[in-house]
Amino acid sequence: MPFSPELDVRVTDTSLRDGSHAKRHQFTEAHVRAIVRALDDAGMPVIEVTHGDGLGGSSYNYGHSLVDERVLMRAAVDEAHDARIAALMLPGLGTKDDITAVRDLGVSIVRVATHCTEADISEQHFALARDIGLETVGFLMMAHTVSPEVLAGQARIMADAGCQCVYVVDSAGALILEDAADRVAALVAELGDDAQVGFHGHENLSLSLANTIHAVRAGAVQVDGSTRRFGAGSGNTSCEALAAVTERLGIRTGLDVLKMIDAAEDVVRPIMDDECVLDRLSLVMGYAGVYSSFLKHAYRAAERYRVSGADILMECGNRKLVGGQEDQIIQIAADLAQRRES
Amino acid sequence: MSTAAIVGSGNIGTDLMYKLLRSDHVELGWMVGVDPDSEGLARARAEGLEASAEGVDWLLARDELPDIVFEATSASVHVRNAPRYREAGIRAVDLTPAARGPFVVPPANLTEHVSAMNINMVTCGGQATIPMVHAVSSVVDVDYAEIVATVASKSAGPGTRQNIDEFTRTTASAVEQIGEAATGKAIIILNPAEPPLIMRDTIYCSIPADADTDKISESIHAVVSEVQGYVPGYRLLADPQFDEPTGNDDRGRVAIFLEVEGAGDFLPPYSGNLDIMTAAATRVGEEIARHLAEGAAN
Repeated sequence: MPFSPELDVRVTDTSLRDGSHAKRHQFTEAHVRAIVRALDDAGMPVIEVTHGDGLGGSSYNYGHSLVDERVLMRAAVDEAHDARIAALMLPGLGTKDDITAVRDLGVSIVRVATHCTEADISEQHFALARDIGLETVGFLMMAHTVSPEVLAGQARIMADAGCQCVYVVDSAGALILEDAADRVAALVAELGDDAQVGFHGHENLSLSLANTIHAVRAGAVQVDGSTRRFGAGSGNTSCEALAAVTERLGIRTGLDVLKMIDAAEDVVRPIMDDECVLDRLSLVMGYAGVYSSFLKHAYRAAERYRVSGADILMECGNRKLVGGQEDQIIQIAADLAQRRES
Repeated sequence: MSTAAIVGSGNIGTDLMYKLLRSDHVELGWMVGVDPDSEGLARARAEGLEASAEGVDWLLARDELPDIVFEATSASVHVRNAPRYREAGIRAVDLTPAARGPFVVPPANLTEHVSAMNINMVTCGGQATIPMVHAVSSVVDVDYAEIVATVASKSAGPGTRQNIDEFTRTTASAVEQIGEAATGKAIIILNPAEPPLIMRDTIYCSIPADADTDKISESIHAVVSEVQGYVPGYRLLADPQFDEPTGNDDRGRVAIFLEVEGAGDFLPPYSGNLDIMTAAATRVGEEIARHLAEGAAN
């Protein structure tokens, strides 16, 4: 089953949400308008705009936003002609009030994310979102940490609560080819016609695009990417490369390949502080299975406490930290520094 | 000595029972539930309490009524029960997030509402973190405080899961009211790691650039010792971490890292989040009992 009669797969660009991590949450309204304009023009059907950690993410723990995310979302809604604007929220951080507020700003899709074993904390948020007419997507984060069967059971909880598409979210960029396909296939088998299945990849093991194609072949009809890979860790699936590859494979996404390539080079790259690269720390994240948005926090803590960033991230993996536990990075770094001194 | 009943025979109520049975100020007489097969009720009978599965109606129909009732049901049940306790002249210590009465967090305001007919115990995250916000705000002015509570998935019951927004809202509001931060924010994270992790809490407070950091540290250590008086497993994981002002606002920051290990009375030690709730409620109940005894003596 394709996504719709026109599209085999619907792509969501998350450079203005996942990229917020790489930008240390310093997006301005001008950045948002420029990126939305370019992607809208290139045929991007959905553009996600939120603090990297979702609604209400501006905080000491995750980093304060330079500009209120609601101002940024309003600008995105204003700038988009055809693209729909999505927002991310994590129960435990954001609340139902945030969902209602972004609906009022003109956001049309809410994506509710939980750790992949905790889907039941999202039920009331899906119910509300559907009640107020929003399209819903569910994010099962850190999907590499559980089996396809467990993941499918959690997807069922989200679908029953009103989620219309459940994503396998490879937050750590740790899934390897069949790992991604098997999880997507398990969700497709479990959900049938009750909900669609999606895939969100990271580049930490250099496999995000390959995993995304595997996911599509296993039945995913929504996939995420970030133009110029502008995202946490070493970034997300490149939307412009995805546009090119899907066109060659005859998978319809509605994206204009050359316009996407130009948007990546001329519009998105100049807004990025640095290119998202596969360097030591981001590769360690994929290898140790660490949540991608820990990257900048690990750099900062390594510098402040003069300890190894790789050691911090390996310890994050050992402690089985989940998304949102950025506070523990400081504690781990302080601990490593103390051990070094004693 | 004041008499007391526990309403709610689930995990929290049962753990609370063992703590109250050790109290020198509160005499626990009754345990009430709604499930005849509840393990909590069986344990209560084994401890010699009068126990019933017929709910609050049964309790309120006794010839002798308790002085204090501890509510360990759910917010919606407490909303219904609260006026009935009040009519019967019974003090209520509410462990649900119903928030019918003023918030109490022992090191911050234990005695302030001792004569209130209904006291609310905030949330587990609030009991764990607000003492630290209070420790900082009693030295310097705190214009913003943020708490991150991470609990083992196994220690978060269906009540917490279905009402996770209530946790963030209630905790944030108590960080402001009781912690005395001008603005409060609360974040809760569930971690499914096995073996289950001990509750961890991080507290960030925005402090003036010229704050006396030694004095703040001293206050933090003093309040930690105070909490250890009722939760021995309440521990700092590192010295308080001070950050110089950065960016455009001229405020520094202190970050406090804690773990809370429970006493293991009924609930496993990793669920320090639940233990600190029942321990704090016991502390509040004892204070009410002292207050009632003084009233009787005068």
